[in-house]
Amino acid sequence: MVSLIENEVQADMTSPGVSDKVFVTTAAVREQLMMALSAMLPADAMLSRPEELRPYECDALSAYRVLPMLVVLPYTEAQVIHVLKCCHRMGVPVVARGAGTGLAAGALPHDQGVVLSLARFNKILALDPQACTATVQPGVRNLAISEAAAPYGLYYAPDPSSQIACTIGGNVAENSGGVHCLKYGLTVHNVLRIRVVTIEGEVVEIGGGAPDHAGYDMLALLIGSEGMLAVTTEVTVKLVPKPQLAVCIMASFNDVVKAGNAVADVIAAGIIPAGLEMMDGPTVAAVEDYLHAGYDLKAAAILLCESDGTPDEVAEEVARMRAVLEHSGATDIRVSRDEAERLKFWAGRKAAFPAAGRLSPDYYCMDGTIPRKRLGEMLQAISGMEEKYNLKCINVFHAGDGNLHPLIMFDANIPGELERTEAFGNEILTLSVALGGTITGEHGVGLEKINAMCVQFANDERTLFHRIKQAFDAEGLLNPGKAVPTLHRCAEFGRMHVHHGQLPHPDLPRF
Amino acid sequence: MNTTATPVAEPLNDTLRDWQKQIRECAAHASPLRIAGAGSKHFYGHAVQADAVLETAKHQGVIDYEPTELVVTARCGTPLAEVEALVAKNGQMLAFEAPHFGGGATVGGAVATGLSGPRRMAVGALRDFVLGASLLDGRGDLLHFGGQVMKNVAGYDVSRLMVGALGTLGVVTQASLKVLPVSRTELTLRFNLNAPDALKWLHARLNLPLPISASAWHADALMVRLSGAEAAVSAARKSLGGDEMPEAVAQAHWNALRHQQHNFFAIAANEQLWRLSLPTTTHNLLPEFAQWIEWNGAQRWLRVTADQDVAATAKLIRQAAHQAGGHATLFRASADWQNQVGVFHPLAPAMATLQNKLRHQFDPAGIFNRGCFGSLHSV
Ligand SMILES: Cc1cc2nc3c(=O)[nH]c(=O)nc-3n(C[C@H](O)[C@H](O)[C@H](O)COP(=O)(O)OP(=O)(O)OC[C@H]3O[C@@H](n4cnc5c(N)ncnc54)[C@H](O)[C@@H]3O)c2cc1C
Repeated sequence: MVSLIENEVQADMTSPGVSDKVFVTTAAVREQLMMALSAMLPADAMLSRPEELRPYECDALSAYRVLPMLVVLPYTEAQVIHVLKCCHRMGVPVVARGAGTGLAAGALPHDQGVVLSLARFNKILALDPQACTATVQPGVRNLAISEAAAPYGLYYAPDPSSQIACTIGGNVAENSGGVHCLKYGLTVHNVLRIRVVTIEGEVVEIGGGAPDHAGYDMLALLIGSEGMLAVTTEVTVKLVPKPQLAVCIMASFNDVVKAGNAVADVIAAGIIPAGLEMMDGPTVAAVEDYLHAGYDLKAAAILLCESDGTPDEVAEEVARMRAVLEHSGATDIRVSRDEAERLKFWAGRKAAFPAAGRLSPDYYCMDGTIPRKRLGEMLQAISGMEEKYNLKCINVFHAGDGNLHPLIMFDANIPGELERTEAFGNEILTLSVALGGTITGEHGVGLEKINAMCVQFANDERTLFHRIKQAFDAEGLLNPGKAVPTLHRCAEFGRMHVHHGQLPHPDLPRF
Repeated sequence: MNTTATPVAEPLNDTLRDWQKQIRECAAHASPLRIAGAGSKHFYGHAVQADAVLETAKHQGVIDYEPTELVVTARCGTPLAEVEALVAKNGQMLAFEAPHFGGGATVGGAVATGLSGPRRMAVGALRDFVLGASLLDGRGDLLHFGGQVMKNVAGYDVSRLMVGALGTLGVVTQASLKVLPVSRTELTLRFNLNAPDALKWLHARLNLPLPISASAWHADALMVRLSGAEAAVSAARKSLGGDEMPEAVAQAHWNALRHQQHNFFAIAANEQLWRLSLPTTTHNLLPEFAQWIEWNGAQRWLRVTADQDVAATAKLIRQAAHQAGGHATLFRASADWQNQVGVFHPLAPAMATLQNKLRHQFDPAGIFNRGCFGSLHSV
C-alpha cells in the first residue's frame, strides 16, 4: 500500500477535499511501477535519471520547482491507458503535461508521482475544410492548427500569446484565451469534441460533430478542468473563415482612467471589436525601448482596437470606432494602413512579456478579471501597492473582457523580494474578487492561486468542486493538490491572513 | 478570510430559505421533487415522478444589468420576454434566441433545457452565453459559480454544466447571461430549392466569411438571414442572389420558427416531432419524413405519423442520426411513446456511468426531476 492519508484530519469518502492527501511512493513501488510500465512503453518513453527529469521540474512559473519521480512520454493512446491503469492500481499520482507554458504551476510535478507528457501526440489527424473542423492530438501546438488550416482560408480563433509553443491539450485544460476572444470566444466556445482517458483507464468520448449532445454538457465541465478530471488524447476544434481584412486602431490617452472609460464607450456603441487591448504608459515605454516601433511615449495608456471582416465592413466599423475613441478623449489616433503596420502595432503588445524581462531579472504575471468599469479603480489601487511593496508593476490588459495582466518586476536573488511579490499579487487578486471579478481569467489556478481560491469561493462551493473531482477520480490521483484547495488549507490560510486585524479593503462592499 | 465576494451572488432570502427547507425535507426522505417554471417546456423530456413541486415562477426580477459590461443577471422565474425587452431598449439581445414555446417562459427554464434558436450557428448556443449561476443543490446548499465577467477560469465551470441538465443537478436560482449588440442591419433572402440542393447551397458556404445569421429550409424554400454591418450585409446580398423578403414577413417567419408556432410543429395525437442534431455537413437524411432544416443543416425537425411500428421508426431515425455522427431526440410526443422508445439518445456506457456519478454528487438522494432523462441516467 503506497498512498496513505494524513491522519491529522481524516479525509473520508463522504466529505471529499477536507485535507490534502499525502502520497508516498516507496523505492519498491517505484521499481514495480517501472517494471509494469515497461511492458508497454519503449525505453525512450520513460525518463528516470535526475538529469533527464530536470527539464520537467517546472512550467513557465519557474518559481515553483519539484523534481518528479518519473516522466513518461507515450506514443499511443493504448500506452496512455496503460500508464493510467498502472498508476491507478499502485496509487501513484499523475500530472499531465503539454508544452509546460502554463503560468500557474498547473503542470508542476508531484515528487512522488509521474509526469505524463503528451509531447509525442503531435499529429493533426484530420482537417475537414468544408465542415470547418480539425481533429488533432493534444500535443499539437495551437499555432500549428491555424497553419494547417491556412491553405483553406480557415484558422483556429483562440490565440494565446504563447501560441507558437502551447499545446491544444493545455489550452483545453486551461480554457485558454487570447487577444481575439472578445469576438471569437475562448477555448470552450471553439472546441467541439474531446476524447479523454480517465484515471481508471476508461476512454470517454465527449461532444462530437453535432452542435449538442444528449445528457449533461460534459465538454463544459472538462474544458478548464486543469488536468484534474481526465487526460485528453484527442481534440476536435472548430475552424473559422479568415476575415478578408483586419485593421487596427492605436489610440493614445493622457489618462488611464479615460482609456478605461473609452473601452466601455466602444462596447456601449454596440461594437464588438475583434481585439481590444490596453497597455499603460510604463509598458509602452518598456516595449518601445525594446522594439523601437514608434509608440507614443507621451501616452499614459494606449488602446489597440481591431476590426475585421470584408473591406467595406471594416471601413464602416473603423469609422465608428474612431468616432467613439475621439469622443472619449483620445489624444492621438493612428489607423494601420496595411498588414505590415497592423502587425507592427500588435508587436508591442505581444512583446510586453519579453520587454518586461529586460526591465528586471524576474517578473510575475497576474491574471485577474474585473468588470470593465472598475479598471480605473484597479489601476489606482495597483499604483498604491507599488509603493506599499516597493516593487514596480506594468500593466497590460485584455481590456475588452476586463482581463488584467499586471506584471510585477522583482529579483528573486534579493532575499524577500519573491515573498513581497507574491503578497503584492495576492492583494491584486483579492481586490479583483472584491470588485466583482475573479482571480483568474485565463491562466488557471494550478498551485499558484490555490490560496486565492479560498477568497473566491466559500466552503460549500469548494466542497462541490471536490465532489465533482470525486466522480472522476475518487482517489485523487490526477494532479493532486492543484486547482481546488482543501477545506483544511483554506482554514489555515484564513487564520494566517485575518489575524492581522481585518480583511484587505474593509471599505469595499462584500455583497 | 471567510467572506466570499462573488458579485451579485444571490443572497439567502425568504424564498430561497423556503426552497432550502423543501429540498432538505425531500432529500431526507428521498422523496422526488419537480422543479416547475412557467410550464412552457413541460413537454420536454420524460414525465417526472414527484411527490411535491418547487415553483420558481414567482422568483422574479432582473438583479443587475450593465449594458457596457454586456451582462444581465436575473432570477430564475423572470420571464425571458422581460429580459429580452429590457436589453432591447439598449440595442442589445440575448443572441442565442432561446425558444419560448409559450407565454411566461422563464430564464430558469431556458437554462435548464438549454435550447437555442435560429442564430445558434452564428453566435453560439445558450451555454456559450452563461457567465455565472447561483443554485441550490440536492442538499439544499446555496452555491455560486462563475460571475459577471467574460473570462473566468477559477474552479470547474459549474454554471455552464447546469445548461441542459433539466434541473437534475440543482435548482438554478439566478443566472448571469452575456448579451450582444443587435445587428445594425438584417435582411432575409428566399431561394426556391429542394432539400438536397438547399443543403448543397448551405454547405458550399460554410467556410466563407459571410454574415449568415440563420437558415431554414422547408417545403422547397430556403430562407437565409443576413445580419451585421450594413456594408457586409449588402455585399453578401448582392453576391448571394435570391429574393429579399419583406422585413415584417421575414421577422414573423423567424419568430414563428423559433417558438415553433408554424403549423408543422402542432402535432396531432397520432404524430411525433423529432429533433436531429447533426454535423452540419450531413447530407439529406430520411427524406420520407416532412422536415424543417435549420442551423445550416445541423438541426432538423422531423414530423412523423406514428401509424406504423413506432419502435421500428424510432430505431430508424436514431440509427440514421447516430451514423451521421449526431443524435435524435423525441422532442414532442405522447407520454406513452416517450416511455416506449425513450426521449433521449442513449449514452455510451462509460459516459452514462460518469454522468450518474456526477448527478449523485450534486443530488445524492436523486430528488430533482426524477426520471426526466428516462433511462439515460439510472436515477
Ligand atoms: C509568454 C506566455 C504568454 C501566455 N499568453 C497566454 C494568453 O494570452 N492566454 C492564455 O490563456 N494563456 C497564456 N499563457 C499561458 C499558457 O500558455 C496556457 O495556459 C496554455 O494553455 C498552456 O498550454 P501547455 O501546453 O503549455 O500546457 P502545460 O503548461 O503543460 O499544462 C497546463 C495544464 O494543463 C494540463 N494538461 C496539459 N495537457 C493535458 C492533457 N493532454 N490532458 C489533461 N491535462 C493536460 C496540465 O496538467 C496543467 O494543469 C501564456 C504563457 C506564456 C509563457
